[in-house]
Formats: sequence, C-alpha cells, structure tokens
Amino acid sequence: MEFSKKILEKLYTTMLTIRLTQEKIAEIYPQVPRRIQCPVHLYTGHEAIAAGVCLNLSSADYVFSYYRSHGHYLAMGGDLKAMFAELYGKKTGCSKGRGGSMHFIDVKNGFMGASAIVAGSIPLAVGAALAFKMRNEKKVAVVFFGDAACEEGIWHESMNFASLKKLPIIFICENNFYAVKTHISQRQAEDNIYRRAANYGMPGVRVDGNDALEVFPAAYDAFYGARKGGGPTLIEARTYRWLGHVENTFFNKDILEGRPKDEVESWMKRCPIKKMEEQILRRGILEKDDLKRIGLRIEEEIKEAILFAEESPFPEVSDEKTEV
Amino acid sequence: MRKLKYKEAIAEALVQAMKTDDSIFIMGEGADDSTGIFGTTSPAAKEFPERVMDMPLSEALITGAGTGAAMAGMRPVMVHARNDFLYLAMDQIVNHAAIWSEMHGGGVKIPWVIRAIVGRGWGNAAQHSQSLQAIFAHIPGLKVVMPATPYRAKGLLISAIKDDSPVMFIEHRSLFDLEGFVPQEPYSLPLGRGNIFRRGKDLTFVAFSFMVAEAGKAAVVLCEEGIEAEIVDVSSVKPLDKELISESVKKTGRAVVLDTGWKSFGVSAEISAMINEELFHVLKAPIRRIALPDSPTPCSPILEKAYYPSAADIVNASLDLLGRARLPEEKIGEEETKFSGPF
Repeated sequence: MEFSKKILEKLYTTMLTIRLTQEKIAEIYPQVPRRIQCPVHLYTGHEAIAAGVCLNLSSADYVFSYYRSHGHYLAMGGDLKAMFAELYGKKTGCSKGRGGSMHFIDVKNGFMGASAIVAGSIPLAVGAALAFKMRNEKKVAVVFFGDAACEEGIWHESMNFASLKKLPIIFICENNFYAVKTHISQRQAEDNIYRRAANYGMPGVRVDGNDALEVFPAAYDAFYGARKGGGPTLIEARTYRWLGHVENTFFNKDILEGRPKDEVESWMKRCPIKKMEEQILRRGILEKDDLKRIGLRIEEEIKEAILFAEESPFPEVSDEKTEV
Repeated sequence: MRKLKYKEAIAEALVQAMKTDDSIFIMGEGADDSTGIFGTTSPAAKEFPERVMDMPLSEALITGAGTGAAMAGMRPVMVHARNDFLYLAMDQIVNHAAIWSEMHGGGVKIPWVIRAIVGRGWGNAAQHSQSLQAIFAHIPGLKVVMPATPYRAKGLLISAIKDDSPVMFIEHRSLFDLEGFVPQEPYSLPLGRGNIFRRGKDLTFVAFSFMVAEAGKAAVVLCEEGIEAEIVDVSSVKPLDKELISESVKKTGRAVVLDTGWKSFGVSAEISAMINEELFHVLKAPIRRIALPDSPTPCSPILEKAYYPSAADIVNASLDLLGRARLPEEKIGEEETKFSGPF
C-alpha cells in the first residue's frame, strides 16, 4: 500500500496527540492538590493502533471501547478540551462529569462510549453492526479490547454471532500481553488470539501494533470487506503498555515491576511514535522541523485544554436528583 | 368487546407495534420456531419473518446486541422463555444497558425491552421458576413492568416498546391462558401507573402479575365473610405507583402486600417500607406480606404446593389483619391446576 502525505501526517499527528496527552495526564495525576480524581488507564505505547484503525472510519461508523480509551476517543476526533474537563470532573466534560476517564463518549464523532468491564462493550458493537445490516447501511462497527477480553465468554458469544450473521464489524484486540501484572502465558493456553477467528469462520490477522503502517492497511481491508458485506474480521495488534495498568499515586515508581528487564527494553526500542517519525523522514515527506512544529502545536492545544478544564464549573449537585 | 388470552394479547401487541415502526424487531432463542415462545412471537414471525430473529444460546450476547442495536436506532424486543436465564445476561443488563446513558452524561437512547417469563408448577423446580423483579428493580436505570391481565399486558407492552430506556417486562406463565377483554386497536397504558382491579373499603391488597389473580380469589372468599378487599394492581414494580397505593391504604388503613418473588429483601419489603414511611399514621394494623419462602422451588407436587402461598393463606392473613377468626382451608376451596407442562 502506498501512503499519501495526508495519511502519514494524519497518523503521526494523531499518535503524537495521544502520546503527549497521556504524558501530560501522567504528570498531573500525582500532583497535590489532586485535579484528576478518578482511575486513569493510559494509552502510552498503543498509539499506532487507535490511529491506524480510526483513520479508516468516519463519524457515521460506531466505535466502542474499553477503559483504556483515551486513544480511541482522540483518534475519532474527540475534543481535547472536553476530554480534560471530563478527567477533571467538570460539567463541560464529554460525559458531563459522570463518567470520568473510563467512560468517555463523543456521539457526534461516532465514539459511542467505553466500558470498564472487561469485554463488556463487545456485544454492543455487534448489536450496532446488526442494526446497520438490517437497515442496509454502509456503516461499520469497531470494538477495541485487550488480550484478557478474549478470556471472557462474551467475546466468544460475540465472535460467533457476528460471523454467523456476517455483520459489518471489526474486532480489534490490543494485545499488550499483560492483564494488570499477569502475563498472557499465565492466562491463555496458546498465544494465538488471531487464529481463533478461524474457529468462528472469519479472517483473523496479526499485526505489529507498534507500526501504524501495518495497522492502517489491515484495518482498511477489514473495513472495506465489512462494508461490502464480507462480514467481520479479528485483528490482533501486538503492542506494549509503557505504564502501569492504572495510574497509581502509591507506587507509581514500580509500575512495570515484575516484568523482565530485557522485555521492557526491547519494546521501548520499538516506540510507535519514533517508528512513525523514521518512516516519514525516510520517505522525505516531512522534515524534522515540520515534526517539531506539529509537536509544539499539540502541546499548545493541550495547554489550552487544561486551562479550559480548570476554569470550567463542576456539575451542579442538584443535577443528581434524577430518578427513573 | 372480544376476549383474548394473556399470551394472545402479548402477541397482538408485538404485531401491532411492529406494523407502525420498522425499527422494532424481536430476538430470542426459538423466537421464530413452531412454538414461538408459547405462541407469543408466532404471529409476528409469520408477518415479519425478517424481524423475528432466532438467536444462538448466548443470553449475554443477545442482551448486549440489543443494547448496541438500540443505540444504533433500533427498538429490540428480546425474549427469554424463563427469568432464570437472565442471570447469564446480568452484566449486560446491569453494567451496560441500565447505566450506559447516565454513565456517559445522559442523552443516549436505549429503547429496549426484555420479555422474561416466570414459570410456576409442573415441577419446574429451582431453575425454571424464579421471579426476579426485585433484582432488576434494585438497579438504577431499569423499569420493571409486570402486567396482571390481558388488557394491561397489551397496553403496557406497547408502552414499553415505545419507551426510550430499558424495560424489563416480566410475564407470568400461569397467566398465559387467562382471558379478558382486549380492544382490537393498538393502545398504550402509562408505565408506572397502577390500576384498581377491585374496589373495597376494608383492606388493601397491593399486588402485581399473578398475585392480582390470587388476590382476586381471596377477595371473593372474603366477600362472603362480609369483608370488602380493594386490590391495587401496581402493574409496574418500578416506577411504583405510590400515589395509587397511598390512596387505597389511606381509605382502608390495612395492607397486605403480595409478591410472586421471595419475601426476603424483595419487592414486598420495599412496598411495605414505603407504606410504613409515608402512611404509618393511617395504619390500623401492621402490614402483612404474602410471598415466597427463602428457599429454592422444590419439584415434587406435594412440596411445590406447600411452597407457594395459596388463596387460603391470603384469606387468613387478611382475617388476622382484621382481628377475625381464621377459616379452615377446606372452606376456602382448593385451586384447580390446569397447567400440565412441558414448562
């Protein structure tokens, strides 16, 4: 696949926005007084997956996510200000301060929300795809989940039904090998998530989740296949989580404690952002200074978003008194 | 006016709703097979074969897919032939459908209905006879509707389907052959509004679903004793028509709360707590509750009969409440059981 300047620049910008946002949150999180007062699962290390998949989608498609959702929200065009406001528990947050980090939503851009229950949002995407198919709409549903979601029964139920009905859905497994601190080898009999698709009669592909230029075409094929009535695809994108399962102000220094040192080092060498930079520079599409300018612009946007969040009001407590 | 059975009223509600709105569809295990969930989905399957979907035996998937389809603009009606199987879908009902909108700041419409049937009799035992309204009513974001008559079943089901949030529509198998007047044309009855099933002045039965029929039998016996019982059919457990209950209890000063579920920590406890909190001053006697014992349903006919409260239990609880002597069981008469399976 040939990648246009537009695509490469967009992928890089999205990935860097996610990275810089995550770094900023990690910096703010432990600061006193606490400004972000909810569990936060950062996306650092996974950036190429959200960027590579979502660049194929439009706001008419539906994306469902899990608690590590900042990347998906941003890659679908989610507003940075509404994101920081949500983290700060403000009324102007994307979920009006009711959801926090684990429950972002942005319906107008097709980001339909995120579940904090492992594998919980998978059947929601299946249902959306069912609706698209019943109405003959050329839309696709996408659901992101981690490797541990494949251990849940609902994953199997969803894969089976999606394939049975040839639904327009892409299952994206972000395999970062760890469920909190437990390695996949301690949880799954075989390291073969993508191959399980065959058991359900759908294509399954494994990609380097740290290479946006591998993720993007795989998602492209799955997306257009689904749109043409070809049914679902499972994509296993192998990646690595650079930070702890959840930001933790008690033992933040030991976030990767227990992992083999060489494993951590080898993955750090495969930084998805650096890889993207190299690919852009090698193709001579942008200069180093251009990339720097993109970074500065994003940093400026983050600064503005934080200011917006800080200045926004908290929700009124009277809003709480709602009953069915 | 013509008469329909409860199950026919449900079937008619589904067909009529589907005629007016293309986004309504039915999903369920065996929904389009020759028996069609006791016949309730058969007419819809015949008229709209594309919109009555048989499903794999994946209760969680059915429910979650219903939620996702609802978010994409459909109005799914999911059907489970037994309440007991809903436990397999609990995470999708409670952690997802019920709270998804509120958890994400509100404004996400999830217009879905789960129809779930309560079994009773013919040795259905512990995993085919549970009545789970208390569990669902406990969850913020769910409505729980339990109609008692064919007329109300039709109108409430149409309302449940039109509602923009998740509704648990719990039907009682023992009511399926109950006949009643049902208007031909489609109509809706408001969710959260009850109905005075029988007027009386001496005591109030607060009931729903099959217990309205049971209260009706008891009321006839009590009438012969010169006691006029009022029966409040609350129709939906949540939202609860507190106003209607209050009006009646203010008038009679005595309440018996009847529940198809377990007594412990259940809907009867909630309703009696509400009466105590708001109407303590009008009560002439402590509230009585008629509900299931804190144990799994047994199978053997003799054990099963002892497990369920009878009309005699309701009559005698009422007599206690009025300070009158109890009647011998034989005077109250035995209930004839017509149902003979399969489940």
